[in-house]
Amino acid sequence: MSTNNLSYSDQGGTDSAVEVGQETTPTSSNAGAGFGLFSVDFKKNEDLKEMLESNKESLKLEAMKRVVGLIAKGKNASELFPAVVKNVASKNIELKKLVYVYLVRYAEEQQDLALLSISTFQRALKDPNQLIRASALRVLSSIRVPIIVPIMMLAIKEAASDMSPYVRKTSAHAIQKLYSLDQDQKELLIEVIEKLLKDKSTLVAGSVVMAFEEVCPDRIDLIHKNYRKLCNLLVDVEEWGQVVIISMLTRYARTQFTNPWKEAYILAFYESDEEKTRDETEAKPYMMDPDHRLLLRNTKPLLQSRNTAVVMSVAQLYWHLAPKNEVSIITKSLVRLLRSHREVQYIVLQNIATMSIQRKGMFEPYMKSFYVRSTDATHIKSLKLEILTSLANEANISTILREFQTYVKSQDKQFAAGTIQAIGRCATNISEVTDTCLNGLVLLLSNRDETVVAESVVVIRKLLQIQPTQHSDIIKHMAQLFDNITVPMARASILWLMGEYCERVPKIAPDVLRKMAKSFTSEEDIVKLQTVNLAAKLYLTNSKQTKLLTQYILNLGKYDQNYDIRDRTRFIRQLIVPNDKNGALSKYAHRILLAPKPAPVLESAYKDRDRYQLGTLSHTINTKASGYLELSDWPAVAPDQSVRNVEVIEPTGKSKPAKSSDDKFYSDSGEEEEEKGSGSSSSEDGSSSSSEESGSDAESHVQKNSSQSSEESDKSSSQSEKSSSESDSEKKERKTKTPLQKKTVKPTAKDRYHTIMEHRAGPTSPKQHTKTIFVNVINQHSVLQTFSYSHWSTLCVSLFTQLCPLSLAFPLQVSGPAFVPEKSHDLLHRMTGKGLSAQYQFPRQPCLYQPTMVSVQISLTNTTDHPLEQIHIGDRSPTGLNMHCFNTIECLEPEASVTVFMGIDFNDSTQAANFQLCTKEDHFSVSIQPAIGELLLPITMTELDFRKEKGKLLGMNESSATITMAAENMTSQPISRPVATVANLGVVPSSQGNVHRFAGKTASSRAVVLVTVELRESSTALITINTEKSVMGSMLLRDLKLALAQA
Amino acid sequence: MINSLFLINPSGEIFLEKHWKSVVSRSVCDYFLEAKEKALEPEDVPPVIHTPHHYLISIYRDKLFFLSVIQTEVPPLFVIEFLHRVAEMIQDYFGECSETVVKDHMVMVYELLEEMLDNGFPLATESNVLKEMIRPPTILRSVVNTLTGTSNVGDTLPTGQPSTIPWRRAGVRYTNNEAYFDVVEEIDAILDQSGTTVFAEIQGVVEACVKLSGMPDLTLSFMNPRLLDDVSFHPCVRYKLWESERVLSFIPPDGNFTLMTYHVNAQNLVAIPVYVKQSISFFECGSDGRLDVTVGPKQTMGKTVEGVMVTVHLPKTILSINLTATQGSYTYDNGTKLLVWDIGKLNPQKLPNLRGSLSLQAGAPKPEENPSLNIDLNIQQLAISGLKVNRLDMFGEKYKPFKGVKYITKAGKFQVRT
Repeated sequence: MSTNNLSYSDQGGTDSAVEVGQETTPTSSNAGAGFGLFSVDFKKNEDLKEMLESNKESLKLEAMKRVVGLIAKGKNASELFPAVVKNVASKNIELKKLVYVYLVRYAEEQQDLALLSISTFQRALKDPNQLIRASALRVLSSIRVPIIVPIMMLAIKEAASDMSPYVRKTSAHAIQKLYSLDQDQKELLIEVIEKLLKDKSTLVAGSVVMAFEEVCPDRIDLIHKNYRKLCNLLVDVEEWGQVVIISMLTRYARTQFTNPWKEAYILAFYESDEEKTRDETEAKPYMMDPDHRLLLRNTKPLLQSRNTAVVMSVAQLYWHLAPKNEVSIITKSLVRLLRSHREVQYIVLQNIATMSIQRKGMFEPYMKSFYVRSTDATHIKSLKLEILTSLANEANISTILREFQTYVKSQDKQFAAGTIQAIGRCATNISEVTDTCLNGLVLLLSNRDETVVAESVVVIRKLLQIQPTQHSDIIKHMAQLFDNITVPMARASILWLMGEYCERVPKIAPDVLRKMAKSFTSEEDIVKLQTVNLAAKLYLTNSKQTKLLTQYILNLGKYDQNYDIRDRTRFIRQLIVPNDKNGALSKYAHRILLAPKPAPVLESAYKDRDRYQLGTLSHTINTKASGYLELSDWPAVAPDQSVRNVEVIEPTGKSKPAKSSDDKFYSDSGEEEEEKGSGSSSSEDGSSSSSEESGSDAESHVQKNSSQSSEESDKSSSQSEKSSSESDSEKKERKTKTPLQKKTVKPTAKDRYHTIMEHRAGPTSPKQHTKTIFVNVINQHSVLQTFSYSHWSTLCVSLFTQLCPLSLAFPLQVSGPAFVPEKSHDLLHRMTGKGLSAQYQFPRQPCLYQPTMVSVQISLTNTTDHPLEQIHIGDRSPTGLNMHCFNTIECLEPEASVTVFMGIDFNDSTQAANFQLCTKEDHFSVSIQPAIGELLLPITMTELDFRKEKGKLLGMNESSATITMAAENMTSQPISRPVATVANLGVVPSSQGNVHRFAGKTASSRAVVLVTVELRESSTALITINTEKSVMGSMLLRDLKLALAQA
Repeated sequence: MINSLFLINPSGEIFLEKHWKSVVSRSVCDYFLEAKEKALEPEDVPPVIHTPHHYLISIYRDKLFFLSVIQTEVPPLFVIEFLHRVAEMIQDYFGECSETVVKDHMVMVYELLEEMLDNGFPLATESNVLKEMIRPPTILRSVVNTLTGTSNVGDTLPTGQPSTIPWRRAGVRYTNNEAYFDVVEEIDAILDQSGTTVFAEIQGVVEACVKLSGMPDLTLSFMNPRLLDDVSFHPCVRYKLWESERVLSFIPPDGNFTLMTYHVNAQNLVAIPVYVKQSISFFECGSDGRLDVTVGPKQTMGKTVEGVMVTVHLPKTILSINLTATQGSYTYDNGTKLLVWDIGKLNPQKLPNLRGSLSLQAGAPKPEENPSLNIDLNIQQLAISGLKVNRLDMFGEKYKPFKGVKYITKAGKFQVRT
């Protein structure tokens, strides 16, 4: 390494190094000029050493600055090492920093002297200031001196358990440095990596994954336990770390999950047990692993990152991991990147080029974004051309060709030539336009520019080869042009065409050969070869006219300077000119030379780039870069999923009220499960107080449980598929680990599930039966208020929410609805539905499929006279719509009706959910538009809690209005009734007669919604709505105003 | 990841080098210089070059090449993005990014580079964090420093841990608390010969200059957020709130930053603020041609179009030009064949016109394609998409900040084909 360095500045001593410094001083106003007045007179660099050894800090500092200036310019300053290293213990922080910079640069060359500084760093590693600890470790690990490996190892181990995440981050970096210095430390370093992977700090995550990738990328077993944590932390990790983590997770996912592309995949959240029980014997449809889904879900927001590398890495993740129908969400973001810097464009366009070959549809709507501007750089232009060509299809080809026409005229001839090739590719791919393109290209033959003509000839040659029959006039035309074309490749192409199709132009071909015989000696090699070929072919087909010419040319070729041509001539002569020795072969000469040749396939240069992972350096340079890690193929059978489960720590804490185990919850939810969103964002706000926090805690608790139970069900279903004893035992083992509470509840829940499904299937309502189950359950859960409805289906739903052991100890208890409006809405009229009519209503029950969903009850009626078969739900939009469909209804008899339930995650917006209701024959587009009040869930809270919550939601979160009401409505009952009709809110008991309070939560994001109606004198009322969802607040206010004014 | 960085000026001189791992000889740059020689324009140098032992990833920006040396597989965008951050950081610290500035502040740039990467992996790229470690130079401070001998590096190391909000430095204090937002929209368009729009779209960016004390939590809402089709945010913006309510909620970094960039739904027709009538023709026989360009306002929403500028790359065979402009002035560089017509404000009553003759080199054939015109313009106080900021609320701090929003529309890549 040191020789490397000396190669460009191998000055011997201090003096010569100093000279170099001096030389540059006047020209480049060197570092000295940076610090002002008294360095204007040229300091002699000789005294650098003296200055460094002086007692004055300012002198030392200035000297160091000049030294670093030398380093920055690439000058050799190694001679000053002894003088510099003495200052390593300086108290002055700036001086110290500069000395560090110097040490890192030269320690490798001056190992013995560098050792002098080690003790200083060892002391600094114990400094109370985290930044000093971190920088000491940084420098210590950057000193590439093998002797100190043990010291480094020790320092890294210590730093890995430092209090400060910043120091831990530095230790993750140090791991890589040590590894590159001494590979023998691998095992010990992996231990440290394992420890750091468990770290919960977002600061550390990126760096440690980087270390993992560098040191032990094959040890994916270390990732299992941290997989979910990494997914959840991802959004908050700094952007560079995101890139590294995403690319690591892409590789991980490819080894752990099954291929989502195999068949039509059924919704990932399709996790109901009913499915399982019924389909047990049938073939399983693809079911996405919830962890797979977690990764896709948590990376999606990062498409909005400002960092282009992050966007690209998410894009490649979706490309390599997402089901085919979800990949298209990356399109928009990639197109957005095209607005960025030229270099970014270049990389993104390359990746789009690869993608567009496989999936035209993805980028077709954005075709115009790939139009070329005259100001684009050359490589950008050709990439855009490449993409436009790939996107061409029957529908848009005319637009593209019109655009190409403009490009052909471009001043940039290289680009024009590229366009001609592109036209050629379009012509071969889309047979409708082949003739148009060919004619266009023939017109270009009269272009003045040589490159354009030459390129056209070459492309025409390829096109003619594909369909040679109809185009003898084009060949004639080209023969005419032959004299004017000088580009060798074009001339060779024409000659080849003449020879190949000499029978179509019997008169012209010999004449061309005659001309060539004259100019043979002055042609390029490639043209000579084709001339020999032409001569041979003509000799075979038309020997009478060309025999002499051929012999002349063969004689010329025999003495050519180029051995290829001599060889070819010799070979041709033996082949075509019959003589005694080789008669056998010359019999076949005709068949050899004039064999029908397969037409060339014009393909994209990006065709085979998809063997590399998108977004990688290897993809860009189209060769395997060193250190490239292959993306493995999907495993046929998914490896055991349970390896990613993280053990739950405290079994008892869960059933207790959340308050007591606040901290534990936090750490849990961060480490273990999804939906950290609500918790962490509220703590970030800093405005939330303890009660809200405990609320969100309990929420994450709910989430956790539900996802766990879904996992459970998922798991058992996959088991039924595999029925491998191994995973069975695995599960049992795990079950014993789960908390006692669950153990008792789960089986009950599952057993009952079947019973209840039976009820749902049959239209009779064995209310009594259900009731007994319920009583069973409420022995464990003390929630009863929901149980006041006789409608059996509603009961089922509410029962379910109780059965899933979710709502234990929940301060902001989701309660039963105060009132369920009977109003139902038309989903599908029987006229439009060809006899199938559908109505929907909101039963106002917590959705049992997913807590964020709103449950919708749909009654389907068959008004035709024949049974309708296979009623199910088809496509939906927006595509991201999270929806739980009802099971396919196999058959609906005439005049029969059936009630089914769906869960729809409206994502707290009143945007309609559009989907298709399909029968065996037909499908009908329908949409459900929820009123704002239906997106809420009622909660019970005390007046005190209410005030507390309201206090937190002031300012922008508050919206209010005053309305006039009729005097007779000023009593309590008529107020709560219309409010409850409009919105699914719970009544909060009030101590004041004239103030009515209602509370609820939004279904999807669980934001608290508080409504206060204050009756005032002269029959006015003040409605106040407090919620952080200000949009919902104002919509709700509007609805309430309407309702109360009516009342 | 990133092994070394070289800064190279357009003439090929390497004037700064920084190594984060073992030193790589600067002779590796020869591969790059070779590629640079081959390219006609500095923009045409391929961003990724494959050499036997290293990979060179470079960007060209502000007339400087930033060349990084890579030894192993790394996402190229990762490196490119980082190099641009380096350029932005220099710009942020010293007001501009140029060779002279870097040479003047060699040591500080070197120290900054040292802080930005550790072992080739980005450590601190947020300007707020960097400024806490190494204070940017100001005129006042440099005078004080030279007199007292103190320096720019913070004497007291920051003790606060930036992990909670890594982009904002702690302990910000201002006497005047201000927050300014500039909504800048750029129209990218290609118009064809007849003036029909071939392609047009609007790209916008919200630039912020926030000088607020303490830890303010801001919420910015738009009147019509539905216009926004695709957005990207500064990391400070809470993505979830945007998803659910279409408001921008964030704790801002201190100082200047780009809050968001957006793309306006392309389905809406884009208003093109100017039209261009042009005819450029060359006579077949003689060595002469004519040029006649008129620019007029089209859909300007009642605002004045300012700063209009027309740039034309004339064909290489042009020998000289003789033009007269009714408004503004034109410059022509015979070396690069670049014609720039600076019009200024557009007056609807009297349309600016540029006409005159072009003469070709003797014997040169008539150019086949007419050069395309690149238009530059800006319209103050107008966001052409119609986007409007509704309100800005601040939470978390007691004082009342001064708030301001400015709109401006510019031409982005606005090209008229002829």
